[in-house]
Amino acid sequence: MGVRILFLGPLRDLAGEPERELPAPLDWTGLLAAVDPEIAEQLREPRVHVACGGRVLTDKTRLNARDGDEIALLPPVSGG
Amino acid sequence: MRAMATKLLSCLRSAVARLALSTPLDVRLLDRGLSVGEALAAFNAAHGDAGGMVSFLGKVRSDGDVRALELTHYEPLTLPGMQDLARTAYTRFELEGALVWHRVGVMVPGEAIVLVAAAARHRRCAFEAADYLMDHLKSAAWLWKREKRGDGWHWVEPRDADRTDLARWK
Repeated sequence: MGVRILFLGPLRDLAGEPERELPAPLDWTGLLAAVDPEIAEQLREPRVHVACGGRVLTDKTRLNARDGDEIALLPPVSGG
Repeated sequence: MRAMATKLLSCLRSAVARLALSTPLDVRLLDRGLSVGEALAAFNAAHGDAGGMVSFLGKVRSDGDVRALELTHYEPLTLPGMQDLARTAYTRFELEGALVWHRVGVMVPGEAIVLVAAAARHRRCAFEAADYLMDHLKSAAWLWKREKRGDGWHWVEPRDADRTDLARWK
């Protein structure tokens, strides 16, 4: 089943796809290595958050995604 | 005769039918247009004992050549985040109730994007709560906005002013 990566907002355009499947388990280093360098650079920005299994990680570098998890990459928001 | 009476009754019922709101907090993500008048009438009716009610309606500006605006969200986070926000405002400003509605999808200039309303015993709390809710929806809710101009779609970055507005509440 693997891990499903979702690119939200402007990251979707940068990735050129809305989502991607990666093999499980997946940690921070694995994620940075698997995505395009441009996305990896964005992910290192403090303003970009990561959610795993529907929860925003307080420390994204401690990502530990298991089989079936969904990871959302969350760039800075703009509502209203 | 009975059929006529039943028909008349159902007519009367629909004439007074109101939008059902959940109380004290009604938080929604909407994928189509919202009726501001209907929402505020229902909110007013739901909080008949509140001393005051303040509302804010945010609309798509027809800035320059902006033709459309699109808001996207992330299902597992966006609505739960808005519910948390409403609960925090409810406690912090001692509200009687709050309505927090946000559109997602594509909108055109003049269309409503966001509607918030706060009901409280006294006006100051209601004003502050509406302001607080809007500052957080602008730059602390899981929503992403892009606008369509003559040359295509552009993502809208949060402005420095939005961050300064948010920092006022810390």
